[in-house]
Parts: sequence; structure tokens; C-alpha cells
Amino acid sequence: MTALLEIRDLLIERLGKIVLSVQELDINKGEVLAVVGPNGAGKSTLLLTLARLLHPKTGEIRFRGIKARDESDLSYRRRIALVLQDPLLLDMSVFDNVASGLRFRRMERSKIKPLVDTWLDRLGILDLKTRRATEISGGEAQRVSLARAFVLKPDLLLLDEPFSALDPPTHERLLTEIKTLLIDTHTTTVFITHDLNEATRLGERMAIILNGVLKQTGTPEMIMHDSKDPEIIAFTRQ
Amino acid sequence: MIFDSEVLQITVLSLQIAALSTGISLLFGLPIGTALALGKFPGRSIFLSLVNTGMGLPPVVVGLFVAMMLWRSGPLGELKLIYTPLAIIIAQTVISAPVVTGLTSAALQSLNPHLRLQLYGLGASRTQMILMLWREARLPLLAALMAGFGAVISEVGASMMVGGNIRYQTRVLTTAIVLETGKGNFNFAIALGVLLLVITFLINWALTSIQQRAARR
Repeated sequence: MTALLEIRDLLIERLGKIVLSVQELDINKGEVLAVVGPNGAGKSTLLLTLARLLHPKTGEIRFRGIKARDESDLSYRRRIALVLQDPLLLDMSVFDNVASGLRFRRMERSKIKPLVDTWLDRLGILDLKTRRATEISGGEAQRVSLARAFVLKPDLLLLDEPFSALDPPTHERLLTEIKTLLIDTHTTTVFITHDLNEATRLGERMAIILNGVLKQTGTPEMIMHDSKDPEIIAFTRQ
Repeated sequence: MIFDSEVLQITVLSLQIAALSTGISLLFGLPIGTALALGKFPGRSIFLSLVNTGMGLPPVVVGLFVAMMLWRSGPLGELKLIYTPLAIIIAQTVISAPVVTGLTSAALQSLNPHLRLQLYGLGASRTQMILMLWREARLPLLAALMAGFGAVISEVGASMMVGGNIRYQTRVLTTAIVLETGKGNFNFAIALGVLLLVITFLINWALTSIQQRAARR
């Protein structure tokens, strides 16, 4: 597999304290990497770093072989998409929300409409198109947030616990649908979660972060059953 | 009174001065308020405290300060601005700019702090991100505009001190009310007061309509 993103000797510091250390991590093109760890372990820090919203103290991140410092943050961010736990929809229609990233990229209006309609349809929310985004349910809002990311056809999709605030039936349905969408679109995805069940279902590979350190990467089977690290064993058997 | 040309001239001048002062305040207040809300720089909290203090600046103190600056022997005396409409605009801008700045900053700080990250994560440039935040905060930002306008249209102390209440030149509704009251012309003063109230109401009604339409959109 070709590595889309290569991370080496990464150290992230916040308020003078190292909060995340990643010695080596490759994210392969087309794969879904589930990053798992307890709350406060440093998962979201990793995601924000991958979105270039946090900058490392030391270390190197290469995207398609190009060092981070050789490409502007804006140009890089226009090749990725970020979905946070809170959908954070804008106070405008569902259509305009989904179109927002395309408009940031100054795409022609005539091209935006069919693309947005396609993704609203794929996420099962075409009927909400003209509704105000602040007036829809939590599950619908997260679908809008996902459509807003998928419509960008990102080289790298970053998902930060997008299902954690949903009720169990909605959570289950959306997880299944997103898995299908990720397989269909071959979108390289980094998926942050504290839920091992979610991670094993969605991730082709898993990365375990404990106390600010990336401990191990591997297939879900490897991590769940063959790990020798006592901290990982303790975490996976909780 | 309604057809009195002097009253009409005073009303138009009052509106022009208040609109220009509010406009200039917005020009300064919106970017500075945004920088204070979103920026991280040394002295930010001191600057924010100064702006918040400025929101309650007594107009007569502003009038005194601006008059000293523009006085013939003052540092800006050569510009010969004292007792001109421009002097009133300067004083009123000093009064309303902190109001607009402080309320802009508060409006933007009340938004979810993760919204900025989300916008960047969707590929927004810094300018696009700020425009989106202004759009999201449009209701409190319109309230900031109304508060800024309210602060200047009703102000009398500074206008009197730097404008001099000169007939046909710097007399505005509030200073005219003070003058007529001083002369014992209470009926005329009351009529001017009602006119000022009606104008203020109409302008705020128009701005509130825009605000509420934006809220429904």
C-alpha cells in the first residue's frame, strides 16, 4: 500500500507540556484508520494536527511525500475534510451548509447544485434540503455534517467521534451507512473514537493512543487479541 | 414646526453626523472587535478591559478631551476643526467606537469556539472564516450597530463642547433642546424632543426589522 500520510517523531506541546508523541505512523491511501484511546489520551490532538489546526513542536508530516512546511495550510486543508463530534452547522439552509466547503473553494454555482443534491440523497436527507439547519434533529444534523465533508471528495477525511452524541438506533444506522460509503468511495479516513466496538467495525487498521503516546498500530484482530503491551491489554479488556 | 426650515436643517445635520459617526465606528469597531475576540496577543485582556471601560465613557469627558485636542492652541488646532460638524463627528466616533468594538468582540466570543476549527477544516481561508463568523453573529452585530447609533444620536455634552451649538452650522437636535430649555421655550424643546424620539424609533425599527428578517432566514 502507498502511504498518503507519513508521520515521524512527532511531538505536540500545549502550554509547555508534551500532550502527544507519535514516533511513526503511516496512513495508507484508501484505508480507514481508527484511532482509539480513552478520553483525554490525545486522539483529538492528533486529528487537529492532521488537519493542520495544531502545529507540532518537532517531527515531520509528509502528505503525498511533500513535507508540511512546503505546502501552505490553506492549500492542504482544501484537500481534506473535517467532521467534529458537534456537527456545528451554520445558521443557513441544509443545502447551503453542504455547499459551504465548495463555495470556500470558489466552485462554480452550476457545478455545486448537482454535487450537493447527490450527497444529500446519499445521506438520505434530500428532503431536508431547504430546511434551516438549526431546526433539524441531532441525527439529521450529523448527516448534514457528513454530507458537507463527503461532497468535497477529500483526499483525507478526518472524523472526530461523529457518532458519539447520537441515540443508539441512530448511531447504529449511521455507522452502517458510513461504512458502506467509505467502502464505495475509497476515501482515506482517520476516525477518532473511544469506542472499541465502533473502531473494530469501521477501521481496517487501528492505532491505540494511551496517555499521549501512540502505542501500537495494527489490524483490529492484532490489537484486540495479540497485543503484548499490558496497558493496551488493560484498555481493550475494560 | 414640522415645516420650519431651521428644524429641518438641524434634523438633517443630526442624522448626517450620527450616521457618519456610527459608520466610522463600525469601520474601526468591527475589525478591532474581531481581532480582540479571535486573536491571541500580549496585552489582549488589558486592551479588552480598556474597550469595555470605553463603552461607558462620559460624553462630557470625551468632549473635553476632543476640545483640548482641537482647540486653537491644542496639538490639532491648526486644522481649525473646533466648532465644526467634523469636530462633533470625531467626538461622537470616540463615544460610539468602543461600544461597537466591545459588543462585536462579545458577539464573536459567544459563538462556539470549535466553529472556527470546523470552518478551517472545510477549507475556509482566514477571510472566509471571519466573514462566516460575522454572518453567524449577525443578530448581536446588528444590536452593536444599534447601540452605537443610540449612543451618538442621544448624546449632548460632547456635541455642545466641540460643536459650540452654532445656529445653521453645528446645532443638532440635542443641543437645540438644551438651548430652548435654557431659554424657557419648553413647548419648542418638547417638540424637538419628540422629533428626536420619533427619528430614533424609526431608525431602530428599520434596523430591528433587518435583524429579525435575518433571524428568520
